[in-house]
Amino acid sequence: LTPYEDSELPARLAFVVGLVLAPLVYLAAGGSIAQTVSSDLPLMAAAGLLVGFGAVYGGGCTSGHGVCGLASLDKASALAVLTFMTTGIITANIVAALGGR
Amino acid sequence: MSPSIFVATILTGALCGFGLALSTLVRPEAVLAFLRLQDFGLLFVMGGAIAVTMATYQLAPRILTRPVFRLAFDTAPGELNRRKVVGAAIFGIGWGICGVCPSPALAALGAGDFTVGIAAVAIFAGAYVQGRWFG
Repeated sequence: LTPYEDSELPARLAFVVGLVLAPLVYLAAGGSIAQTVSSDLPLMAAAGLLVGFGAVYGGGCTSGHGVCGLASLDKASALAVLTFMTTGIITANIVAALGGR
Repeated sequence: MSPSIFVATILTGALCGFGLALSTLVRPEAVLAFLRLQDFGLLFVMGGAIAVTMATYQLAPRILTRPVFRLAFDTAPGELNRRKVVGAAIFGIGWGICGVCPSPALAALGAGDFTVGIAAVAIFAGAYVQGRWFG
């Protein structure tokens, strides 16, 4: 295997391709993944916008700050995880209290 | 990038996606049940992932002279700034509403989940807006 130097984009795309393909293989192997039922697609879209914006603005998400950041004992990532866990828990409970799904 | 590394990287992504599917983390319901403090299964998934990654991060640089796919090991960026906290707060609000974060969104696309697919497209749009006007 020849290591890559600065070709980050193909590496990232390759990872994404694998990520998308895996569930297909999982389903083909007899696994089952229930489909999500949401009555509020505009809300899903609005929430997705916040997720995408926040993840890039803050330099990481549950994978970047959560798994990789905490695993490298990074203090800034730990603060980021504490922050999104807090806002996530508060938001999810508010949505539930308002009768959301 | 050599074809062999490209294929190997696809396999690493597939391993990640397989884990997300198997652990039901591709399902927003599972994530929202955790955030509503009703089901703590997600903590085991995340804790397990962190434990394996931490062991790898600690051991690999001692055993290997360089990463298998890369020329050199990186150090964690570690810089603490306002953006990280503000971005994480915004991310958490969206995550608390839809229960979808980027990796499971991509895996759910492969599973053909239409609702999560909508969220996945919106995540791309949000990331684009960030890069275009707030980068």
